[in-house]
Amino acid sequence: MNAVTPTRRAVLAGASGSLVLGFSLPARARAAQPARPFRPNAFVSIAPDSKVTVMIKHVEFGQGPSTGLATLVAEELDADWGQMRVEQAPANDPLYKNLAFGTMGTGGSTAISNSWMQMRTAGAAARAMLVAAAAKRWGVPAAQVKVAKGVVSHGARTASFGELAASAATMPVPEKPALKDPADFTLIGTRLPKLDTPAKTDGSAIFTMDVSRPGMIHTAILHPPAFGATLERFDGAAAHAVPGVIAVRAVPQGVAVYARDRHAALTGRKALTAEWDFEQAETRSSAEMEQAYAARARTPGVQAGGHGDPAAALAAAAKTIEAEYFFPFLAHATMEPQDAVIEWRPGKADVWLGSQFQVGETTAIAKTLGVPFEGMSLHNQFCGGSFGRRATPDMGFAVEAAAIAKAHGPGAYKHVWTRENDMRGGRYRPLGIHRIRGGIDAEGRITAWDHVIAMQSFMKGTPMAGPEIAKGLDGSATEGAHELPYAVPNHRCGYHMMENGVPTLWWRSVGHTHTGYAVETFVDELLALAGKDAVEGRLTILVDKEPRYAGVLRRVAEIADWSGPKAQDGRTRGVALVKSFGSYVAQIAEVSRSDEGIPRVHKVWAAVDCGIAVNPDVIAAQVEGGLGYGLGAALFNELTIEPGGMVREGNFDSYRCLKIAEMPAVEVSIVKSAENPTGIGEPGLPPVAPAVANAWRALTGKPVHRLPFVKGVVA
Amino acid sequence: MATGFTLNGKAVSFDGPPDTPLLWVIRDAQGLTGTKYGCGVAQCGACTVHLDGRNRRSCVTPVSTVAGKSVTTIEGVRGAEAEAVKRAWIALDVPQCGYCQSGQVMSAIGLLTAKADPSDEDIDHAMAGNICRCATYVRIRQAIKDAAKAVAA
Repeated sequence: MNAVTPTRRAVLAGASGSLVLGFSLPARARAAQPARPFRPNAFVSIAPDSKVTVMIKHVEFGQGPSTGLATLVAEELDADWGQMRVEQAPANDPLYKNLAFGTMGTGGSTAISNSWMQMRTAGAAARAMLVAAAAKRWGVPAAQVKVAKGVVSHGARTASFGELAASAATMPVPEKPALKDPADFTLIGTRLPKLDTPAKTDGSAIFTMDVSRPGMIHTAILHPPAFGATLERFDGAAAHAVPGVIAVRAVPQGVAVYARDRHAALTGRKALTAEWDFEQAETRSSAEMEQAYAARARTPGVQAGGHGDPAAALAAAAKTIEAEYFFPFLAHATMEPQDAVIEWRPGKADVWLGSQFQVGETTAIAKTLGVPFEGMSLHNQFCGGSFGRRATPDMGFAVEAAAIAKAHGPGAYKHVWTRENDMRGGRYRPLGIHRIRGGIDAEGRITAWDHVIAMQSFMKGTPMAGPEIAKGLDGSATEGAHELPYAVPNHRCGYHMMENGVPTLWWRSVGHTHTGYAVETFVDELLALAGKDAVEGRLTILVDKEPRYAGVLRRVAEIADWSGPKAQDGRTRGVALVKSFGSYVAQIAEVSRSDEGIPRVHKVWAAVDCGIAVNPDVIAAQVEGGLGYGLGAALFNELTIEPGGMVREGNFDSYRCLKIAEMPAVEVSIVKSAENPTGIGEPGLPPVAPAVANAWRALTGKPVHRLPFVKGVVA
Repeated sequence: MATGFTLNGKAVSFDGPPDTPLLWVIRDAQGLTGTKYGCGVAQCGACTVHLDGRNRRSCVTPVSTVAGKSVTTIEGVRGAEAEAVKRAWIALDVPQCGYCQSGQVMSAIGLLTAKADPSDEDIDHAMAGNICRCATYVRIRQAIKDAAKAVAA
């Protein structure tokens, strides 16, 4: 038996972020063992006490990569789950880049998919070296050595990983270690408890917000009231007079207040007055933007996808419909606002940050401080949510925090945005207009689909912009619409890249946040126009080349016992089907009219195909949470730009978030698959809003083409 | 003048401005970081503590108003309800990002302390002030029910 069988609580003590290293703890019962851990590669470290620490290259904001990546290593290593630890990787692209990005980064639901072979190989290599060490020690062929649940054995002889670690370190590193047949998986596919749960339950988990350094100065910032406005002058006298305020300084991002504690920083910030230059500011209101976008959406735009001749097909159609959709700006509104701790002196800096682009942000902070990259240490922290917000191509918040630290001189600084800073800080899901015209023939077949999208590109001008941007195209704005899952013979998707001074960004599920809604509500209307069932009708027209669409659609119909849109107690149902980030999700929502006249969603059934399910419970949790996040936005959320450029909503009193009473019951079914895993952090989101809208149309006869529903149901 | 109160069973004193929100006294002066800042206006519940045993949003509670009273944070909460709630939370792997969860757990303990067998409506009402942007609500609801059963057993 392995002598070390830590309790789950003990596991967590070593798993709470980036500071505690399991392998640096003294091994009580094994003082005679060598003290150095066995490190077969950059991802796996095995301590003399048998604890296995996995370097996690993806940031943890609840989507589960710590647990998932540790599972992949543990599976191939044949470790016991109780001996696994995790540590957040440092900023190092050669070792820890996202293989899908080429730099360290978390996004696009890629954490498991890009790490799938890499982490399994890391685990398998470590296992092979432990086996070689055991074979040598016992004088037996390696092929006869077995490993199970953290115990290496041959017949009656056993050894723990820790006992073999020193010898294993001298064994050759296998270049291509054999990987398991998926049929032999013992951990992948099971509900392993998440490593970060206990610390996130008892308050001991440390976020950036909780980091404290000796002599640390607390900073707050006053931003310009409109995007693009710049500081003319400020009066810091009243702020300075606040007890605890140390300094007030202009920085490129606004005016910063430095204080001994958070309360003083916030009080000082309130006392600040400033005048701003609006010359370069975006001063149009949302309503003006909408008008401009809608006018453009009535023209064809640059062709992003399509085939056939939709204009001719529309002219020849037996029946046609058209719809104009409005999608508002959306804030990510993470529970933990943007924050960072930076401690620097000439030539050296430590950074505590929930970093989604570890190397990019570390580099940006280094440049701002004037510290060489080699002098930087990033301590990546748990983040209180991201939903895309902490991955900014211009590293904007990191640069702001560094500029504030730099402006005051060497020392330790904690920079925290207020909720209002965060809500009014931009980086929104862009506002957009879709216009779709569709037609069916006399037999009810969809023959024409002409789709135009007018929306800003948040890729343009960033290092992530591809060559298509110069042609006026941006796949992140049209994904899900420039290619349909349905076999429509005449299809066109046009795109207008709108200019806008409001900074925008990807928001959980990116383009699918709006294309999924437009496509899935419009196809539903066309099927209804043809008198066809929403499930059967979709199954008939799904493209042949991707049978996994039909797999999830059939499954969701089965678990919901779908028999059309009418449900019991006067409720109605709607269905939607969206593939995003390589994963297929179909959902059925059951709704009634709430007391406030908007959809009340009672239950959502979801069927998911994301390839091999590494941890079915994490997948279910991501679908529950993803559809809850999407539902809240669809029901309530809109960031409104006032005439002059000010953002109306500032806190949760005006930006209404989904509450527990509004959360539907959720039933998730995972379709068994032998495909390599794809993502699940985002794909649970896109189908929920169109499924609810389709149910609402069945209930009221009215389509909803304007989000959020609180406005769209009366529009 | 210093404000004296009891924090997790120990007498503490704060000599900063009396209008300082209890949240910042707990976090900055006392160094207990389980209680979180989320909104500053009692709209999200991340800062929930117990004041003389009842749920209270510490971000809008001036420290002067807790003089002589007993404040309990996630680090100090004890008792059958607290243990049952935390166990249920872990068993269901409720947290995702985790940032709001101290507040969720404190509100859930407050609910079970006041009402041993809460209905769905009781849960809706008692937890209405706690936002979870990860939308872990399905599991929060189930965990509260499981905890209630465990306390009753």
